[in-house]
Amino acid sequence: MSQNILVVAEYVDGFFRKVSFEAVSMARQMADLLGGKLVVLVLGESVEDSAKYMAKYGADRIIVAEHVILKDYLTETYTSVADEVVRKESPAFVLLGATTQGKDLAASLSARLYAPLATDCVDIRFENERFTATRPVYGGKVLSDVIFEGSPGIITVRPNAFAAKTITCPGLLEKYPVRFENLRTACLKRQMDEGGRVELTEAEVVVSGGRGMGGKDFSVIENLASLLNGAVGASRSAVDEGWRPVSDQVGQTGKIVSPNLYIACGISGAIQHFAGMQTSKVIVAINKDSEAPIFSRADYGIVGNLFEILPLVTEEVRKLKNA
Amino acid sequence: MDIIVLLKQVPATESIIQIAGDGRSVRTDDVNWVINPYDEFAVEEALRIREKQGGTVTIVSAGTPKASESIRTALAMGADRGVLVTDPGVYSCDGLGTAKILSTAIKTISFDLVIAGQRAVDDENFLVGAAVAEFLDIPFVSLVTKQEIADGKIQCHRSIEGGTSVIEAPLPVLFTTQRGLNEPRYASLPGVMKAKKKPIDTKTLADLGINDPAVLKPLSRVIAMRPPEKRKAGKLIDGPTPGAKAAELVRLLHEEAKII
Repeated sequence: MSQNILVVAEYVDGFFRKVSFEAVSMARQMADLLGGKLVVLVLGESVEDSAKYMAKYGADRIIVAEHVILKDYLTETYTSVADEVVRKESPAFVLLGATTQGKDLAASLSARLYAPLATDCVDIRFENERFTATRPVYGGKVLSDVIFEGSPGIITVRPNAFAAKTITCPGLLEKYPVRFENLRTACLKRQMDEGGRVELTEAEVVVSGGRGMGGKDFSVIENLASLLNGAVGASRSAVDEGWRPVSDQVGQTGKIVSPNLYIACGISGAIQHFAGMQTSKVIVAINKDSEAPIFSRADYGIVGNLFEILPLVTEEVRKLKNA
Repeated sequence: MDIIVLLKQVPATESIIQIAGDGRSVRTDDVNWVINPYDEFAVEEALRIREKQGGTVTIVSAGTPKASESIRTALAMGADRGVLVTDPGVYSCDGLGTAKILSTAIKTISFDLVIAGQRAVDDENFLVGAAVAEFLDIPFVSLVTKQEIADGKIQCHRSIEGGTSVIEAPLPVLFTTQRGLNEPRYASLPGVMKAKKKPIDTKTLADLGINDPAVLKPLSRVIAMRPPEKRKAGKLIDGPTPGAKAAELVRLLHEEAKII
């Protein structure tokens, strides 16, 4: 085992996910603590030009694996390449973003290497000469500190939990030759929702609506979210009523979000909803019912009619932006 | 179509979770135990496939003897039989160890398809499904919201950030569930009566030929658990008019919290 840290960066449709920079920045600190190098692996169809960018976040070496089949994520192809590279590089830790891809790849890699996994981590510390990772469990009701016996330790980091920092490093580029034979799985197509939407789990602002929305019209929420370059979320009741798609659901059985600002509108604040957004930096609640449990955990609360309040808030934000 | 569903019994999501005296596990004495919600989608999907294509649905679980109650609930929903691996050696496993146990148990059963929850809502690992597929050496697709089986192949709609990808693979396959896949049925009263007569095989690790506890030694080890810092109630914003309240909120977010 080397003292190196390897990050598998996630490159989709011409862009790195923000969480990949966050993972690389954390990995840089880990490599410095161990006195090792930071190696970033980038997989995709044609990624060389973009991969160089990882040097700005601290990559000592950048390994590029290019193949037309790697254009779309497939567990089979990505695990096979990542497994080969990890065996060759023998890093102490492997970091990935805790995205649908990162969590999937980390799990398959953990099984193939028979190496310990801690997924969706919100903190990594160096204590007693070893790394401890903290991850929320039981829907965020408990924080669990995990150590790794055996290597590499595989860690996925939750979006928005670690800061991305620029620091220029050599970023020497190497190509890793890829060949695939006898693949069992294929990605037939990838359909994206209508363009321009900010991904809920990576958004810095989330404005969510619940039962208090009373129906499908979320325009007051959408307007504020779009002005703040944020995403729209929903409580389970709003999803169960069919007002919003399942992909918008925030909560223990939906998405876990950790934005700078979470605005809960017409959401009473069930424990399961809270589990999905409690690590937000600032929580605002707007609700008609002054007794709603959400107010006991919000940083700022307004008791009132959200259809009246939200457009006024949007107007105030617009004034501020134009000032 | 012979289908295996992996099932875990977990505390209900509305449960209050308290840290146990050892500081690295949770108290389980007054918890209400249920089928992991994502595994309920798996049971439902298996039943729907069987209704279309015929075959059997077998529930496989590793856990305490109490987990047989959750298997019984799945049988009452309509599954045919259950297998429960229960043994003190099961309780201290990490996800890889659990996957090793489950895949060893599955190898004794014939199957075309394995369905699992994307994750358990207790340890939130996202690992066991992927690892069981790996140990069985079969294709794996996670976070499935829709699937179609024809001519020995499955097409799965997999939910990804901002969209869906469609993955095709030849059976046998292991896929994991995402909310939106289906709406699980409730067990009917006749279902509950019938389930009482359905078989649950209880197995120990020795029955599965796992005799050396060292092979299940956890590699990712929990050293401490603690409650997250409690969020306190903050400011309730008051004002003479809704407009004044809105202006005050935006001022606080800008000047005090400094986030907009």
